[in-house]
Amino acid sequence: MTIGVVVFPGSNCDHDVYHVIKHVCGEDARFLWHKDRELSGIDGLVLPGGFSYGDYLRCGAIARVSPIMAEVRRFAEQGRPVLGICNGFQVLVEAGILPGALVHNRDQHFICRPMHLRVASAASPYTQGYAKGQVVNFPIAHADGNYQALPDTIQELEDNDRVAFRYARPDGTVDDAANPNGSIHNIAGILNAGRNVLGLMPHPERAAEPELGCTDGRALFMGMISNLVEHSA
Amino acid sequence: MKAKVTVTFKHGVLEPQGKAILHALHNLGYAGVDNVRVGKLIEMDLNGADPDKAKKDLEAMCQELLANPVIENYAIEIA
Repeated sequence: MTIGVVVFPGSNCDHDVYHVIKHVCGEDARFLWHKDRELSGIDGLVLPGGFSYGDYLRCGAIARVSPIMAEVRRFAEQGRPVLGICNGFQVLVEAGILPGALVHNRDQHFICRPMHLRVASAASPYTQGYAKGQVVNFPIAHADGNYQALPDTIQELEDNDRVAFRYARPDGTVDDAANPNGSIHNIAGILNAGRNVLGLMPHPERAAEPELGCTDGRALFMGMISNLVEHSA
Repeated sequence: MKAKVTVTFKHGVLEPQGKAILHALHNLGYAGVDNVRVGKLIEMDLNGADPDKAKKDLEAMCQELLANPVIENYAIEIA
């Protein structure tokens, strides 16, 4: 099993993701440069966090026209796993692979801190290792994480159980006080209709080993990997 | 030819920068300002001579890259 980690100019969580897949989860990982057009031998993809192209124009807007993105789109349409974390999530929405948009945080600040999330859906490869309603702690580190979408899109996401994570209080309460950035319905992560693409603003790779103080994020990567193992078996 | 594309957030999309500027203007005593929205101005030099074609191309550029139609409006000006 090989997970490809897409590297854009300005990606800065690529090595963290590579480390977690390779050394924490024990699977093969390979860096893919944004100019690559070849995904053969790749079983799953991660678009990591960072500041691709300096966040010029809009976060993710330039990265999404990189040569590799046509392949990422095809990969996603084939039902294969694509995980976008933070800037990777922004790239996926700019590419239209996930719906909506990520705009500036409600309070203008770049927010970098541990964040409680409520698992809104356990029905995906990424969240199958959690219980619905479980509270996990992944750090957030973003200035543009305010998830916005047209009311019809929000309705569609809610009706089809496509919200994966919501910002919550430590006890799991989802309310405005627990919302760090102004996202509609406290949305922190969403799935595509096929449930094979997940985009989320928080960083599970920064909460995947005891040395980092929290291991809640490990199950997300393990879920992605175990799903691939099942399908290849 | 020169083109100007103005990209602004749609009404209803929270635009915190405008809110912060409004607040600052009020602090300076400009009580006559009710609303501030900040957008982007993109200036381009074009090498074609056909304004109709340029308009059409710019429209496509806005849809594809320059604006995010989910949250932004755009206006094209050719001179």
